[in-house]
Amino acid sequence: MEAVRKWVQVIMGFLMNSSWSFPFTRTIYQGPLKVLCAPGLNCYSCPAATTYCPLGSLQQLLGGLRFALENGQYYFGFSVLGSIGVLGGLFGRMICGWACPFGFLQELLHKIPSRKFGVPRILSQGKFVFLLVFVIILPLALVDASGLGSPWFCKFICPAGTLEAGLPLLWLQPNLRNTIGLLFFNKFAILLLFLGWAVFASRPFCRTVCPLGAFYALFSRVRLLKLRLDESRCTNCKACHHVCPMGVKFNESPDDPECITCLACMNKACKFDAISLEIGGIPLAVPDRGLSPVSKP
Amino acid sequence: MSRTTRDLRKKSPIRKAPFVVITAFLLLWLIGVATGEPGRVLEQAVQVCLSCIGIG
Ligand code: SF4
Ligand code: SF4
Repeated sequence: MEAVRKWVQVIMGFLMNSSWSFPFTRTIYQGPLKVLCAPGLNCYSCPAATTYCPLGSLQQLLGGLRFALENGQYYFGFSVLGSIGVLGGLFGRMICGWACPFGFLQELLHKIPSRKFGVPRILSQGKFVFLLVFVIILPLALVDASGLGSPWFCKFICPAGTLEAGLPLLWLQPNLRNTIGLLFFNKFAILLLFLGWAVFASRPFCRTVCPLGAFYALFSRVRLLKLRLDESRCTNCKACHHVCPMGVKFNESPDDPECITCLACMNKACKFDAISLEIGGIPLAVPDRGLSPVSKP
Repeated sequence: MSRTTRDLRKKSPIRKAPFVVITAFLLLWLIGVATGEPGRVLEQAVQVCLSCIGIG
């Protein structure tokens, strides 16, 4: 199953970035596919990107809201929220585990042999602050003289933007190189921080900062596809705690907002068939090894 | 289908919450589409975002 997940990650990454004419056009894809929402964090100014980034678009729409309203345009970001809301309702953070290029990159970096460390659980609250403050409040509230706000998360934080858009476009368009300054170096340092951290800890950006991960985390209890714990089979052996890349203690928190449904706990850890995948309450598959429910110690 | 899966299916009530949530966001998306928002999103998405690069 892990191999299937890897292939899905590769295919999804490719589908979101399937325009490969940029070495000749020296700019980004500008076709109609960009009306489609990327499920994961994938910068729309990446030269190969064929979808829009929901975080970037939402910030742009909120930043331009006053201006739009003055011109009789009701661009509240509903189509963007609706798109990621439907995805969240279907899959929640399974998107993170299966369809996000930046999450996939962090997983690859984590394979580099080194000493591994955890991420303090308290830091996982940070991403909700980034969602609320940098994606919603600041673009809406801080506007310039013409009534336009900035995409604060893109501008000051997003390492995916620096990696997928910043570096390739600086390479493709030499005239841009004269314009880089403190803002760019700040973002570049953030990118290096998270790429380096990902070698030593599993998915640090996803766990501490990503506003899109925070949004999908809101659906952890109500998403259609999720894992379920059969308490009558769980022996509290804690095997699931040790395999989880997100630091989830599955048997203690089966609807944990951090769970990316990588299925490691179900397939690699639980020997008692206590974990199963369900869709809307109906089990999709239960690993059946002929075990009967066990009594708890 | 294994016996365990069949048994579990029999005693599993369908969860309604996901369908409510998905329908609500689908309606939100339709409202956004009705106001012409995807056109604006496309306009923004085909322009190079200087903020994303780190120079705007
Ligand atoms: S948390 Fe963000 S960066 Fe990580 S996988 Fe999810 S959407 Fe991607
Ligand atoms: S709880 Fe299980 S499925 Fe969820 S992220 Fe951890 S190991 Fe993966």
